[in-house]
Amino acid sequence: MRIVITSKHKFTLSELASLWHYRELGSFLVKRDIKVRYKQTALGGLWAIIQPFFTMVVFSLFFGKMAKVPSDGVPYPVFVYAGLLPWTYFSGALTAASESMVGNANLITKVYFPRAIVPAAAVLSGLLDFLVASTVLAGMMLYFHIGLNPLLPLVIPLTGLTVLCAAGAGFWLSALNVEYRDIRYTIPFVIQLWLFSSPVIYPSSIVPARYQWALALNPMAGVLKAFRAAVLGGQALDWRALGISSGVILLLFVSGFLYFRRMERTFADVI
Amino acid sequence: MSDTIIKVDGLSKKYRLGATHGYKTFRESLVNAVKAPFSKSREREEVWALKDVSFEVKRGEVLGIIGRNGAGKSTLLKILSRITEPTSGRVELRGRVGSLLEVGTGFHPELTGKENVYLYGTILGMRSSEISRKYDEIVAFAELERFMETPVKRYSSGMYMRLAFSVAAHLEPEILLVDEVLAVGDAIFQRKCIKKMQEAASCGRTILFVSHNIPAITSFCGRAILFEGGSVSYAGGVEEAVDKYLGAANAAADRGRIGLKERQDRSGSGAVRLTDFYMLDGAGNRIGEIRSGSTVQLAFEYGSADGRPARNVELQIVVSRYSGDRVFQFGTRFAGRSFAEAPARGRIVCRLKRFPLPPERYRLDAYLVSEAVPADYLQNAAFIDVVDGDFYGSGYQVFEKETPFLVDGDVSLEGAP
Ligand SMILES: Nc1ncnc2c1ncn2[C@@H]1O[C@H](COP(=O)(O)OP(=O)(O)O)[C@@H](O)[C@H]1O
Repeated sequence: MRIVITSKHKFTLSELASLWHYRELGSFLVKRDIKVRYKQTALGGLWAIIQPFFTMVVFSLFFGKMAKVPSDGVPYPVFVYAGLLPWTYFSGALTAASESMVGNANLITKVYFPRAIVPAAAVLSGLLDFLVASTVLAGMMLYFHIGLNPLLPLVIPLTGLTVLCAAGAGFWLSALNVEYRDIRYTIPFVIQLWLFSSPVIYPSSIVPARYQWALALNPMAGVLKAFRAAVLGGQALDWRALGISSGVILLLFVSGFLYFRRMERTFADVI
Repeated sequence: MSDTIIKVDGLSKKYRLGATHGYKTFRESLVNAVKAPFSKSREREEVWALKDVSFEVKRGEVLGIIGRNGAGKSTLLKILSRITEPTSGRVELRGRVGSLLEVGTGFHPELTGKENVYLYGTILGMRSSEISRKYDEIVAFAELERFMETPVKRYSSGMYMRLAFSVAAHLEPEILLVDEVLAVGDAIFQRKCIKKMQEAASCGRTILFVSHNIPAITSFCGRAILFEGGSVSYAGGVEEAVDKYLGAANAAADRGRIGLKERQDRSGSGAVRLTDFYMLDGAGNRIGEIRSGSTVQLAFEYGSADGRPARNVELQIVVSRYSGDRVFQFGTRFAGRSFAEAPARGRIVCRLKRFPLPPERYRLDAYLVSEAVPADYLQNAAFIDVVDGDFYGSGYQVFEKETPFLVDGDVSLEGAP
């Protein structure tokens, strides 16, 4: 084994191989995050359900009942929950990823490993909560008599897209957060704006058809829309919107990874 | 050539210091960009932590790395362990690198001892199969068999360090980087650690060992390099390197009196400076060494730069063991004194009763403050030799050099109350 350390290095395939080599560390960081979270809160896994569930209740009351926000012909509670489920995962994962580099500063200044593992692990460790919270959706579908949709298996690649989207934005924000320490204060604000510009509370159908493509430039919009179509049925899947959103996600992910890598070399010095 | 395992060639590392202090903020950068969109971002102060460092290490060698604080030792290890990148130059390593740069990194207080062994082992680069194989050995080495299901937040700091070191000690890389780990734990555990490292070395592992612990360096390393201001100022025999490191101050200390005036390795404003140091016994006679248990006066002569009286003068001293561990500090503040008005030239005397340290050589750092501004700081201002003085008055000496203190006391026998 021979290692050469210099100041310049180009992106090579061997780097991907080294990421693979460190997968065990990645899975340990994921397990650590999950264990710690489930040990710290008295409610443990229940917390994963409580948060989206009560948000759903409050939203149903104010937006569904009082403001009469349309819900594409399904009962509003199940409609909003089908949006909240991926959204809660996404916003949680993005927040965790953004904080992850600074939060693991002691690791980063003391041990070598490909740094991208840290935000990636933060994004992945939210998936368990996502799974737990999905059971509520299943329960609600039973309760509201919503049958199984043939498109349901699409949920899996859609979740994959959500993960990529959170990771891409997470790479950007976590690297920026190391460089500029005031970025963290803007993150809740960014997430809130993102929520309101995504079809979570409202259906995407309130946007005129000719502007649907513009809505899909928000990568989560296409995903959320497709997620609902896959779970609740009743709506045709908007492949064009999904395609645009997937493209944006890919762009976000690749650019985020490259930016992260460029900053990676100085993380240990400035963190 | 084939047995060279580390080859460092022209290695340099530049750090940027924050323009004012601390971190850049996004707001600031944005404002600057708006104000002056075409100028490059504000120039920042730079320091060269390493400057053109080259050396080679052969397989199986144990190399000591010594130097004052800030000489660049940790930076070197950080580059070798790929935590940070060099600014220029090149390193070639022929083997897996494991580093013990501060043990216990990555331990999580909420997790149990066992979970932390796996987590930390993985962080250090072990496979989990490897950890499972060595698990019992690790736990036995740390002597914590009964506590492995306990969250480490319930551990004492000693237990914590033992477990962490024990995991790290079972790492089996070809190249092991060790930074000051021996500063932790009790003397017995420290010895165990040194032994473990000696074993590793005798198995043909290459070890780079950074320490201020001179006895550990001399007993453990086959060769040493001395860093000064980011460059290698000496590479070769351990004894020579240590002598050079302890340098001029050491030689001067042997004469019992040091020309503090001539020393260049000082920092501070210089408004007031220490000009001389010497020791007196309780009666005011000059002495070259201190007898344990006797009264001693440490005298510091000073002079102000402008020849005018100095105001609000404070003196603090830190006495450390020769190996670098700090033993005590003392000074005006601790004695509850303050000298609002001090003559332009004068002498500050610290009187210590019943000197409580066993025979050994100690270092003395002196720190002079005037009007709340650091005026003069001298690391290793002097070396102090302590000789046996029958502290306890019983004729018994302390057996163990490892116990750094002598205490006042008596022992009595009493019947049940
Ligand atoms: N992250 C950093 N940012 C800026 N300067 C640093 C950083 N780390 C170390 N330095 C500077 O580099 C120099 C060498 O430091 P270091 O390698 O820690 O020395 P040593 O380990 O010998 O005490 C010092 O002047 C120190 O202030």
